[in-house]
Order: sequence, then structure tokens, then C-alpha cells
Amino acid sequence: MFATGFLILAACLLAQVIVGDDVWNRSAWRRYFFPGFGFVMGLAMWGVAVLASGSTIHLLAHFTWAQVMMLAGGAHLGLARGKLQHRSWRLTMPLALGVSGLAFLAHEQHGWLYSRSALVHHICGWTLLVGALFPLGAAFRPRSHLFRLGFAVTFVVLAIALFALRDSGPALGSVPSIARGDSRS
Amino acid sequence: MRRGLTRDRLSAPRSRRIAAVAAIGPLIVLTGLLWALAQVDRLPLLDPDGNGFWSLAVEPPLLVLLAGAFFHRFIALGLIRDLSGSEVD
Repeated sequence: MFATGFLILAACLLAQVIVGDDVWNRSAWRRYFFPGFGFVMGLAMWGVAVLASGSTIHLLAHFTWAQVMMLAGGAHLGLARGKLQHRSWRLTMPLALGVSGLAFLAHEQHGWLYSRSALVHHICGWTLLVGALFPLGAAFRPRSHLFRLGFAVTFVVLAIALFALRDSGPALGSVPSIARGDSRS
Repeated sequence: MRRGLTRDRLSAPRSRRIAAVAAIGPLIVLTGLLWALAQVDRLPLLDPDGNGFWSLAVEPPLLVLLAGAFFHRFIALGLIRDLSGSEVD
């Protein structure tokens, strides 16, 4: 479900780069869609944290995600509304991506090829850490197509990685032995 | 005539932008379709009796299809309308 959300967000970000902010912001609901969607996903993450927490570190990781997603979504809603104006508020987005990436990596204690789930966690973690550079650049150069496209591509990669996630699948195709997936009990 | 040429030159990038935005949704839908065909085992809909509600409600290739359709219907069409109606300064 989160993968679907990320895919829609990526498509929106890409469309926004193509049409430009002037056309994108003509519609009020479009202006609020991306930050609002991010905020709601942050809210939903609290539920995921409660339902999917197999351990304390899982709980901490998911709660951290939820908070930074809500912070970034809320700040950008304020920016869209005009209630927040300082450029520094835009830094909540790279903060959210960076913290999320660290949370992915911190709570995945197995190696890359241990299982499909471990592989996806590592991919998502590093994608988010590297992807945080794009909104960081966009905060200082908001009209840069490179940073904004990179931001959109980050969400595409995340969506693909999450769609590829299976509980019990092997890490890569039919790779045997150590790369076999561990099924959840 | 000069004004007409200017307007034609400015409308070419606009039509490319319209085409690009219009293509995003169908491309996502096509990707979902290809994925569904490539990994048919990830479609519990084809074996409804053997799967629970959650498996039937959340099928990744179909979610990709729905994402593309949602984007095209609710976002792309509005953008295309706004792009088509924007004035050349």
C-alpha cells in the first residue's frame, strides 16, 4: 500500500517538474496533495508501527518514520498554505528522507542477501539516504530540474523496491542457501 | 504573422509538456499490466477460493494499475486542462 502511495507521489512530482509550479499550483487541491498525502502516510505509519512491531527496534524505527513524515508533510502544508514562509522549513523533507533511510538501515540487522526482506530494507535505506540529497539541493535551488527530477526518481525506486517485497521470497530469484527468505511465524 | 509564428513556437513546448503528462498514467498502467502478465502467481484474484480477503484486496500488480488510472483521471487530466488553457504572455 505504501508502495502505491510512493508511486502516485512520484508521478505527481514528475508531473510538477514537467508543467512547472505556476500551472501545478493553479489548483488548490493539487497544491496541497503532495504534502497532505505525505502527512497522511505519516499518520498511517503509526498504525503500521503498532501492527508490525516485532521488536523494540522495529517500534522505534516505525515511530521515527511516522514523526518525520508528519513533520515534513505538515511543514510543506504550511508552506503551501502560506502560513510558513522561511526557506528552512523545506529542510524538513531531506530530514525526513535521511532519518527514514537511517531507520531502515538501523533496524535491518541482517546482510544484504540474507532474505528478500533484508535486501529490500538495504535498498530502501540507501535510496532514502542518497535521495535526501535531492530535496536538500532543491531547498536551496527550488527551480533546479535536476534536484526535482531526482526527488521524483527516489520515490520511483522506493515504490519498485517495496512492490518487490515478499515475506518469504528468496533475495534474488532462485538463489539457494544463504539467500533463501525466512518466513514470518 | 510574426505574432503567429511566435505563438506556434511557444505552443510546441507546451504540446510536448501536455503529451508528457498525458503519457505518465498510461505508462504506469502498462507497467502494471506487464507485471501482471510476467508474474501471474502474484494475482490471487485468479484463485479466489484459496486466498483470504486481504490477499484479494491488495494485489500489487493491480495496485500499480489503479495508481496509474488514479493519476491519469484525477491529476493528469486537470493538468492538461490547465496547460491547454494557459495564456502565452
